[in-house]
Amino acid sequence: MSAITQFGNRLYTGETSVNFIGRRVIWYLMSAALIVIAVAITTLRGGFAFGIEFRGGSEFQISNPASTDTAIAEQTITSEVGEAAAPKISIVGGDSVRVQTEQLTAEETDALRVSLADAYSVPVDQVTSSFIGASWGADITTQALRALIIFLVLVSIVMALYFRTWKMSVAAMVAVVHDLTITAAIYGAFGLEVTPAAVIGLLTILGYSLYDTVVVFDKIRENTSIAYDESKRTFAESVNLAVNQTLVRSINTSVVAALPVASILFIGSMLLGAGTLRDIALSLFVGILCGAYSTMFIAAPLYAQLREGESESAKQGRKDRTEIVRNASGAVR
Amino acid sequence: MIGSGVVFDNAGWTPKLALDLEGGTQIILNPQIAAGTTVSEEELAQAVGIIRQRVDATGVSEAEVTTQGGTNIVISIPGTPDQATLDRIRSSAKLEFRPVLVTDVSDVVSQVASNVAAALAEDPKADISGLGTPETPVSWAEPAGEPVNFSDLNWVTPEIYFAYLTTPCDVLDGAGANTADPTKPLTVCADDQSYKYILGPVEVDGAMVADASANYIPGANGVQTNEWGVYLTFNAAGTSAFADVTSRLTTLQGVQNQFAIVLDGKVISAPRTLAAIPDGKPVISGSFTELSSKALADQLKFGALPIGFEVQSSDTVTPTLGVAQLESGLIAGAIGLLLVVIYAIFQYRALAIVTISSLGVAAALTYVVITYLSQANGYRLSLAGVAGLIVAIGITADSFIVYFERVRDELREGRSVIAAVETGWKRASRTIIVSGIVNLLAAVVLFALAVGNVRGFAFTLGVTTVVDLLIVILFTHPLLQLLARTRFFTSGHAWSGLDGSALGAVYRGRGEFRVDKSVSAGKRSRVSKESQKRQSIAERKAAENGGDQ
Repeated sequence: MSAITQFGNRLYTGETSVNFIGRRVIWYLMSAALIVIAVAITTLRGGFAFGIEFRGGSEFQISNPASTDTAIAEQTITSEVGEAAAPKISIVGGDSVRVQTEQLTAEETDALRVSLADAYSVPVDQVTSSFIGASWGADITTQALRALIIFLVLVSIVMALYFRTWKMSVAAMVAVVHDLTITAAIYGAFGLEVTPAAVIGLLTILGYSLYDTVVVFDKIRENTSIAYDESKRTFAESVNLAVNQTLVRSINTSVVAALPVASILFIGSMLLGAGTLRDIALSLFVGILCGAYSTMFIAAPLYAQLREGESESAKQGRKDRTEIVRNASGAVR
Repeated sequence: MIGSGVVFDNAGWTPKLALDLEGGTQIILNPQIAAGTTVSEEELAQAVGIIRQRVDATGVSEAEVTTQGGTNIVISIPGTPDQATLDRIRSSAKLEFRPVLVTDVSDVVSQVASNVAAALAEDPKADISGLGTPETPVSWAEPAGEPVNFSDLNWVTPEIYFAYLTTPCDVLDGAGANTADPTKPLTVCADDQSYKYILGPVEVDGAMVADASANYIPGANGVQTNEWGVYLTFNAAGTSAFADVTSRLTTLQGVQNQFAIVLDGKVISAPRTLAAIPDGKPVISGSFTELSSKALADQLKFGALPIGFEVQSSDTVTPTLGVAQLESGLIAGAIGLLLVVIYAIFQYRALAIVTISSLGVAAALTYVVITYLSQANGYRLSLAGVAGLIVAIGITADSFIVYFERVRDELREGRSVIAAVETGWKRASRTIIVSGIVNLLAAVVLFALAVGNVRGFAFTLGVTTVVDLLIVILFTHPLLQLLARTRFFTSGHAWSGLDGSALGAVYRGRGEFRVDKSVSAGKRSRVSKESQKRQSIAERKAAENGGDQ
């Protein structure tokens, strides 16, 4: 049996226990420090590196040309539209040439596409062209942000109703904002290009992060409403035990969720170079790790802290009802 | 049922692919509207209908015209359309008829403006009144009263006139003449910038055109000229409005007799009104060629767009790149799936069979649902959608992990495998359902509110969440129930993944624990203290009575 299973046994009984709740100040400070450092680096770098979808411009990609010499593209662009186009030429995925220029007119774009195909001696249908107005990326982001806010409000209500306490909603929201901030900050700190695909990835993180938090909170709800009476645990200890009992699940889930994403990230970067797949996978990969961390180290301690002021019995408000449910379901006892 | 739909609809067994996977051109149009105003749904639906007719008229098959996010129009065309097709689709053909209030040759206007500026720079108190011409005075008096009709010069204020005098045509063209308020006067240039105009409010617009065709314009003596024009036929409302305005204009003198035809924010011609036109069938002339007059006639016939649009993004993806992206996506998915399977075997031994078969059934069901929706509702799988599907592998597998871990928790409490599966399921199903609802909520909100790729992603996320919930309830749980009855699992075989002894508690019957000898004494005391805490009253009594058996 694997070491993780035995680790799980010890966590379940409380034999081994990570003090998630008691050391919360350390976790909070760690996250705060990480965010401060990342934000500082981002600011020093001069803000986010926005992709062409946010800046506006034209992009061409030549697939499988005989030679990936970037000088060919440079000459073609200079002779076709002049120096003003300020081309950015890069080789992506090892066998394609990508050219980004300032925004060209529709006519210029089409003409340049043909000349690039000529210059690299490939058929025209192997050259993709995109023309992106500067408002496109901003537009998609505005819509996405609006969706995000509405979603967060709705999910807070759903969680508050399901868990019968708004404090779990608050703790979960803080964790989500934490994940989004760290992922965005990592994009800024490493100067990674912010594209609409990265924004999509960011949106999925919040779904994933909340999902992860709900699973752990459900165990907390179970523990704090059942076990308290029989054990002599304090509320905070019950919460800590719940997080520990779901720790193996959290590790397994994160690994299982991260594996396919890592595989997209790998394939996306190796075979395709920059693109939708890589951008989504990158923000997801960072977000999944953040999501798992924030559930255990931010959401759960924060929840325990939010309820600190209440009397122990108030925290166990629905104990009797839940106990009946448990007895009815206990087949063996 | 879904499967039969696929079969009997005589549809293919593969989902339709979006342009980024199949290759083609996607154009996104963004409405040009004045700040603070919004596009109504009817306007957008009308515009989509008109653009669809235009695309069809060019002979392009299988083009799709859809709206996006309540404001944008997305046109997807397979392959690479030619320039003429693109131009025809892109141009908004927003046609307006406005009466001319003030006009002159652009060069004269700018000459007057620069003379005045030069004189004032030399001496701010200089007398500039003599610098103007009869058509272009140096300033305009305050309106004497409210304008009584659209040709009334009282529409022109000193500010409007000053802007007319000093603003170059390039600036005017860029200032959004196409989005101008139809109820206000408009300062605008001719399409070749030769003339400048101040025009009155819109008298008749393109929406009132019932039919349009292109032909040569007859000359003054009835002989056909080689100048092309567009022959319009107005509908009833247009006819009466046009009759009213032309009869008014014929009575006016000078430039006010002219009637400007404004296309996409530029004056294409401003003919003099020689007679009232009561039949609603004017001819518009301008610097048309055969091609451009026919294109405009087509656009007007299928309808001028109710709002102006600009191209926000235009994407051409080659089939080569599309195939490469799809292949990479599928390879990434296969590798991801394989890694998940390996990890599941490592963690859950024989239980991994449940994970793998459930993932397999979920994958098959998702494929069928997506194929069905693509055939029935025109859903197209995009690269973002593929990414959503790959990510879903992890989220789906998590349901099984939550379930298995709960079952193991119950085994640790000393339950039999069969009982542990039942109790574990009762706990786990709550968690799985509520977390599924959170995911579904995310998918629905994103799908309803977001635009572009985000929607494709949200869609697959939603489909896979529903499939996940169905599979875990209707397949995974019953499967585990069945397996739990087999000897292999009931006996807690070391490879079953539900091995009680490895889980720290050995079940001996009637909820009693036997202390595992391999566990150290220290550990045992801590564990038993722990299990005492968690014992029910009945268990405690049993333990007290039974003692050490």
